[in-house]
Amino acid sequence: MFRLMAFLLTLISLSVFADQPSEISQLLVIENHQFEPNELIVPANKKIKLNIENRDSTPEEFESHELNREKLVPGKSSVTIYIGPLKAGRYPFYGEFNEKTARGVVVAQ
Amino acid sequence: MFGTAVIVLREVLEAALIIGILTATTRDVIGRTKWIGAGILVGLLGSFLLALITSDIAKLAGGFGQEIFSISALTLAVVMLAWHNIWMAQHGKALANQAKKTGQDIAEGRLACSALFTLIAIAVLREGSETVLFLYGLVNSHDANTHNMLIGGLIGLTSGVLFGYILFFGLLKIPVQWFFKITSTFITFLAAAMASEIAKLLTQADLVTVYTTPLWESIQLIDMSSVVGIFLHVLIGYEPQPSALQLIFYIGTILVIGLGMKLTKPLIIKK
Repeated sequence: MFRLMAFLLTLISLSVFADQPSEISQLLVIENHQFEPNELIVPANKKIKLNIENRDSTPEEFESHELNREKLVPGKSSVTIYIGPLKAGRYPFYGEFNEKTARGVVVAQ
Repeated sequence: MFGTAVIVLREVLEAALIIGILTATTRDVIGRTKWIGAGILVGLLGSFLLALITSDIAKLAGGFGQEIFSISALTLAVVMLAWHNIWMAQHGKALANQAKKTGQDIAEGRLACSALFTLIAIAVLREGSETVLFLYGLVNSHDANTHNMLIGGLIGLTSGVLFGYILFFGLLKIPVQWFFKITSTFITFLAAAMASEIAKLLTQADLVTVYTTPLWESIQLIDMSSVVGIFLHVLIGYEPQPSALQLIFYIGTILVIGLGMKLTKPLIIKK
């Protein structure tokens, strides 16, 4: 039992540390309660580091059920969020606090 | 106005349902009302404080301060919910059966109360700070509709609290012989839902990089922005696209709590 656990732990830690793919960064800007760009094209099957910069003075909440993500972006600040690896497809996201105007989509291809 | 009401409702609902369940579960614990009130109050005060320092927290831990904060709060909550359930497995029957309690019981009841206080404060704090930030944004938007939107916020808040009350009274209607089983099941799922949230945050902050692929997609089936979706999300941790890591955390929590409750023998009180 103990050996099995040790083996599993080793396996998990190996998969965590081995072969970290080179990071892909993307910038998403919030201005006047809108996302820029509102269509973000990213490579499929790669982990993406998404930097979100909020240029408005009011806070926003980046949210996407399709991406399974949710994060507050305080006014006049930047936050980072990791998404993916994503299968090719379209993943809509929105700003929860300004749902009417703050809309966008991540396109993985 | 309607949009604002829904956003605030979404934030308030989680805390309200948690408070409803916990308040019902501890109906036989002496002096719990005080502790629940204190938990809500501290949670609200904390919400304003947290909203004020959100940008500072966001900058911490390489930009993942928010995640670290939420992970810590949620972990504490999961541990306390688990412990609460195991404690109730031991004392629940005794509490329901006899009106007069021994000195030891009261001391342990107090212990349960402090857990209750912490859990409620955390629940209010997590959702409250987001609501405060959202309403702050509204007030500062200088929109002509601000007034209407604030009324919407109030409607959302009231309906959230109402749902919590309905759940509370609904649970109290459960016959005594089923009461403990049902409330502890609710709490187990609440804890599992929070554990799955922890898994999601760990992935979001890149602290864990394995088992991140979504297991299934049911967003067409039950949308997360629908009322049904929100309820299922809060109560059983429904996610339209959960990762394997989330499922591992979810099932792991249910197993640990279930096992803990099985292994604890009900306390026999000497008359």
